[in-house]
Amino acid sequence: MLDFPRWKVASIVALLAALCLLAIPSFLPESVTNTWGSIPHPRVNKGLDLAGGSYLLLEADTADLANSRLETMRDQVAAEMRRGNPRIEIGDISVRGGQLSFMLRDPTQVDAARERLLSITGGGAGMTGQREWDIQVVDTSRFVLKPTQAGLTQAVDTAMKTATEVVRRRIDALGTKEPTILQQGSNRIVVQVPGLQDPQQLKDLIGKTAKLEFKLVDTTANPAEVVKGNAPAGSQVLPYPGNPLGAPVIAVKRPVIISGDQLIDAQQTFDQQTNAPQVAITFDAQGGRKFARITQENTGKPFAIILDGQVLSAPNINEPILGGRAQIMGNFTVDTANQLAISLRSGKLPIDLKVVEERTVGPDLGADSIRAGILASAIAAVAVIVFMTVTYGRFGIYANIAVVINVLVILAVMAMLNATLTLPGIAGFILTIGTAVDANVLINERIREERRRGRSVIQSVELGYKEASRTIFEANVTHAISGVIMLVLGSGPVKGFAVVLLIGIVTSVFTAVTFTRMLVALWLRREKPKTINI
Amino acid sequence: MRLLKLVPDNTNIDFVRLRGWAFGLTLALTLLAVGVTFARGLNLGVDFVGGLMIEEKFPTPPSADRVRSVIDGLGVGEANIQTVGDGRTISIRLPAPASNDEGATNAVVRKVETALGQQFPGATFSRYDTVSGKVSGELIKHGVLAVVLAILGIGLFAIFRFEWQFGVSTIVAIVHDLLVTLGFFAITQFELDLTIIAAFLTIIGYSINDKIVIDDRIRENMRRYRKMDMREIINLSVNETLPRTVMTSVTILLALIALLLLGGHVLRGFTAAMILGIVVGTYSSIYVSSSLLITLGLRAEPNREKPGTTDKRSIADAERITPREG
Repeated sequence: MLDFPRWKVASIVALLAALCLLAIPSFLPESVTNTWGSIPHPRVNKGLDLAGGSYLLLEADTADLANSRLETMRDQVAAEMRRGNPRIEIGDISVRGGQLSFMLRDPTQVDAARERLLSITGGGAGMTGQREWDIQVVDTSRFVLKPTQAGLTQAVDTAMKTATEVVRRRIDALGTKEPTILQQGSNRIVVQVPGLQDPQQLKDLIGKTAKLEFKLVDTTANPAEVVKGNAPAGSQVLPYPGNPLGAPVIAVKRPVIISGDQLIDAQQTFDQQTNAPQVAITFDAQGGRKFARITQENTGKPFAIILDGQVLSAPNINEPILGGRAQIMGNFTVDTANQLAISLRSGKLPIDLKVVEERTVGPDLGADSIRAGILASAIAAVAVIVFMTVTYGRFGIYANIAVVINVLVILAVMAMLNATLTLPGIAGFILTIGTAVDANVLINERIREERRRGRSVIQSVELGYKEASRTIFEANVTHAISGVIMLVLGSGPVKGFAVVLLIGIVTSVFTAVTFTRMLVALWLRREKPKTINI
Repeated sequence: MRLLKLVPDNTNIDFVRLRGWAFGLTLALTLLAVGVTFARGLNLGVDFVGGLMIEEKFPTPPSADRVRSVIDGLGVGEANIQTVGDGRTISIRLPAPASNDEGATNAVVRKVETALGQQFPGATFSRYDTVSGKVSGELIKHGVLAVVLAILGIGLFAIFRFEWQFGVSTIVAIVHDLLVTLGFFAITQFELDLTIIAAFLTIIGYSINDKIVIDDRIRENMRRYRKMDMREIINLSVNETLPRTVMTSVTILLALIALLLLGGHVLRGFTAAMILGIVVGTYSSIYVSSSLLITLGLRAEPNREKPGTTDKRSIADAERITPREG
């Protein structure tokens, strides 16, 4: 018991002192720590409930992705069969019930058709070695293509990676500080933006797919029919909320002249004549050439600028647009034009995202919560310290030193693990103060008992630590079980609480058992008391 | 200096004798709690039912009726209005808009904020939460799963480290603690949200802590006094650990009361649940889980005796009753 070699004392003191030093930056304002330069200064991150800000949980619509994947495949199949030599005539092509089917006019072409299908479905086996599509022939001439689960999973996976990247680019463009954007599970993205004043802006930005298309306006369509939603063959009716000619709809030809994929830049600018906000876009070389050719062929005709299936404007092509630069006009304010520019620059979302959970905390509430939390922690600490001292005397004071060090060590560990301190985390702190004391209560009560049984001072202390350590171990393991469950299953506040609890369990065993034992041993060795007041 | 002792030395309270009463009281409390929970229902927050919660802070305490009439005039669904904290903060709960479009939720939040800003100059929004029905369903599922897994995990641990009776009695006592706490939420209609699940898990953790300490002492005494009657062993163990049980509960309660009074309204439900859980947990540790061991038929197994360690002492000559002089 008294056997605490000097090296052991030195290493325990050095370890705890180093950890306490690491906790200091978290107490200093950022303006101070920023001047430290290369000196390491890990800080505890404040959660959104303390710092204010927004938490968004976005969910991707995977059914929608499956549908658009089928539709893309339909177009690909139609094009592929038409292309090669000999041309394969097909009919009755349809996308229904999650599968694509079509019929060959000439049943003898089955093998040739299968060859071509394999070439566009990745040879039947994708990079993962798993087939992305099941190809079947029924009734000698009907092909049925079913997406496989593996193919679908991979498509969602790829789309989610791209979507996360696009969301990140869009939020970065807002210039907010330290946003966190993480994919969660197979089809969700978590966005956390501290200190954001206007979460509305953020959501507007994320909510846009930003699928930009240019199509020709169908001038032959009968306006009365268009209002009813009917368009001539090869055309479609699209909403046009800002239509200066009346009805908020317009008929456009189906083929896409050029799409946003070929953009390399988008900026918010102003129209030189009317000074109205607009968006200046620049196409890449290939897109620029295509745009030039089509505007040459269609000079004098109107075309539609379509964003996410809605027509923004439908101006006339007054002259061929060469050089790949153009302006998008619409009913913009500076803000909406800027948002559109950001969305276009960061690319289109490959998958629709919906906000399924949002939590926004105003900066005032965050500051109030910190103040209340710190005050409560301080009062709790003082109450516990006084109580322990009057109950256990010297042994209580040792326990108090251990508790104070414990709090600093938890902060240091959190800072190093880059963990986030939340309001429930502060509650976790207070509970840790309470339970850390429990270890010392167990030890001290045990020492009292052994003294009453008539054992010597040294024996009592030794037995007290030995017997109590086992109980402390059992108790902390069970506590840790519930902590781990909270960490794994919990979300938000539950997680924040569990982090502090788990770190606290580990550090408190060390400070409450090993560290106080060292203090007691050093004192007993120096003073050799005949009796102790406990 | 004379040190404070909350519990006198060498108490000899016959806890086991009271177990008939304790079981009756426990059963009555549990049934009452379950009954109240069914009859009154729980005030589930948006975390668990989905919808919108807007918290608005006013310069002076507003009249809830006026706030309600302002919100009702907006046609955004039936509002549930509660005063929180010092009375200057109002929490408004609304159902999620029927439309699936996320713009609809934004529109509702903005409408409410604008209307309140006009009617009550100086009102500022503190926070808002919107949770879709799908996510709230998951949160409930995960919350219940977490609580059940925690109880099972801890019970299994107790069974493996001790005897099966310890596992069973511990689980029974914890389920009792949780049901009574739930009943408290039904009576007070405190809002049940995600932080409360954290509180429940902490209550489980704390309550088990308490029980393990006593169980550990029972096991120790079973080895030390092999021939002693089980009733006496349990009484002895509970009495021996009583100073620690009371001391720890009081310290944690001190910390929690500080948090309840000063920690702000966001954590009020959380701390209230914890305080009640600790009181109930301490009661069940002392009166329920250890006494239940007798009912479950726990006894020191003779074949576990190691040769040479046989000890025929009874409670009459247990070491603990020798008082020390000076």
